Amino acid sequence: MVLVEAIILSVLAASTPLLLAATGELVTERAGVLNLGVEGMMIVGAACGFAGAWMSGSIVVGALCGIVAGMLMSLIFAFMTLGLAVNQVATGLALTILGIGLSGLIGARFVGERITTAPKLSVPGLSDIPLVGRILFGEDAFVYLSLALIIAVWWFLYRTRAGLVLRACGDNHVSAHALGYPVLRIRLLAVLFGGGCAGLAGAYLPLAYTPFFIPGMTAGRGWIALALVVFASWRPGRLVIGAYLFGAVTILQLHAQGAGVGIPSQVMSALPYLATVIVLVLLSRARTGGSTAPAALGTVFVPDR
Amino acid sequence: MQLVLEKRAERSRTIALVSPLIAIGLTLITMSILFAVLGKNPIMALGVYFIAPLTDGYSLQEIAVKATPLVMIAIGLSLCYLANAWNIGAEGQFLMGAVAGSWIAVNTQGTDAGHWVLPAMLVAGAVAGALYALIPALCRVKFGASEILTSLMLVYVADLVLDYLVRGPWRDPAGFNFPTTAEFDPVATVPVLIEGGRLHLGSIIALVVVAGAFVLLDRTIKGFEIRVVGVAPRAARFGGFNANQLVLLTFAVSGALAGLAGIIEVAGPIGHLQPGISPGYGFTAIIVAFLGRLNPVGILIAGLFLALTFIGGEQAQITMKIPLDVTKVFQGILLFYVLACDSLILYRFKLVFTSRQVQSGAG
Repeated sequence: MVLVEAIILSVLAASTPLLLAATGELVTERAGVLNLGVEGMMIVGAACGFAGAWMSGSIVVGALCGIVAGMLMSLIFAFMTLGLAVNQVATGLALTILGIGLSGLIGARFVGERITTAPKLSVPGLSDIPLVGRILFGEDAFVYLSLALIIAVWWFLYRTRAGLVLRACGDNHVSAHALGYPVLRIRLLAVLFGGGCAGLAGAYLPLAYTPFFIPGMTAGRGWIALALVVFASWRPGRLVIGAYLFGAVTILQLHAQGAGVGIPSQVMSALPYLATVIVLVLLSRARTGGSTAPAALGTVFVPDR
Repeated sequence: MQLVLEKRAERSRTIALVSPLIAIGLTLITMSILFAVLGKNPIMALGVYFIAPLTDGYSLQEIAVKATPLVMIAIGLSLCYLANAWNIGAEGQFLMGAVAGSWIAVNTQGTDAGHWVLPAMLVAGAVAGALYALIPALCRVKFGASEILTSLMLVYVADLVLDYLVRGPWRDPAGFNFPTTAEFDPVATVPVLIEGGRLHLGSIIALVVVAGAFVLLDRTIKGFEIRVVGVAPRAARFGGFNANQLVLLTFAVSGALAGLAGIIEVAGPIGHLQPGISPGYGFTAIIVAFLGRLNPVGILIAGLFLALTFIGGEQAQITMKIPLDVTKVFQGILLFYVLACDSLILYRFKLVFTSRQVQSGAG
């Protein structure tokens, strides 16, 4: 039982950065913008988040630094793709290349430093309930924040007028523009939200997951988050399931490596990546009837005046 | 104040030619600012980065050596991008080519195998790269899975395969436990062009690849199909071109070129298989492809330029203690400027001050 609890707790922690980054990207893509730079925004968020926390001694300041860094990165992306109508795929790749370089530059001075990670919550009484107490009330605040965020996103997309307009921009920007909605401004906000989420997701790694920063510590999580959005068919509910499934795969391979199963560790490490490929294939195959992607996803919009 | 894009009636030819130069100029300005922020003398730093490597023979050879894989990979990627197929996993195809070729080198080691070894390695590298690239291509064509994500995921897998082999079955028994194979035999090594130099046969192969791509795109029906499918998919369908087949073809060719570049790198400048054989060639080649405007000759020039930044970056680290990551930042910024300037080919940028002015101007 203790083992099960420990595994669930570690799955929660491993899934949280995926869920945060994928939540942001889901909103961005729902507005019709494909930002492939999630990995780049995350890694810069990780470096800036750690820098902020190390210098201020506060996890909150660190998290805010991560968010701001992610938003600044996404602002570059927005300027290029929305302002200058540049191809979104190429710009996203550029953002990732730039992000990896920048994070190395910012983080170099902090490699080898340690901080105290975000504290686990402790609600008197509740956290001590057997079995579920630590899972429901005893993790770090980011875990619950990520869940609250995806619920808020669901509510926003499906229960508010603004959410409807955002989805309209993603499905048919010409009609949305004709109806008088400021398509580019809405997309800008969606991209910035995505950037903030990616930055926070990156910052989670050195602030709560491990107490230190290493270059390249996102290790492809940004790309997995992108795949998760596809996996979820652009729906918030499925995104949660997907994120926790992938977190479970990550933890499974760590435990299998620790238990010394007679399989090379590299095979286990490759599991999350292989799982992503297999899941993408299976899902795309199941969906041959019609795509569930936002209809205008990844297309350039230049308003005619 | 608002930035407004106005579509040009035609693609601007002048800007198509000068836009990479504008991009490089803007990048240099941005880099000067970055150097100043880092507390380094910008003029000196730019000198070390871009001028110093051009002044001695050793560095010039080294630029050609570094440009070789970049150009070969970028030529393949440009075919993909022209056909609107997004292969971003060239890094993985590069590694798989290196692994497959090394398999022959490791298994013939110490035997009296003849001069067929190196050609066999090159073929194995190209075939392995092509097969590895066909995985994401088939996933897209057969199942509609995004080739961007699958090709990228396979980079991490290739990295782990290589890591497993050099730490496990292929590790050099006399290598003091370092994760590396033994040095390849002379028959399994790409010969150098000048005795005692670094320049090797691979650079010649890269030039042949550039020429081949030029002929393919400029003089053959296949090349025409590739370009049409990318620019006007609807017209291509009416023309009876098979878009799926072109995705498979361009992925296979670009995978083969990346794999070939991988085995040449391992059998040439490095001489054995080890982790970290690529400083991100597969990703830098994406920048090379765009900076070269997806044109073979342009890619050759762009490849040499980015190779220069690798060498300059190493020298700047040694002589001025500028972190190596600055090179990556430089490459990222360069790609941004290249893409932004490319927008100028299709659009005119206008700064508009109020929305009322726009209306009166239009009316």
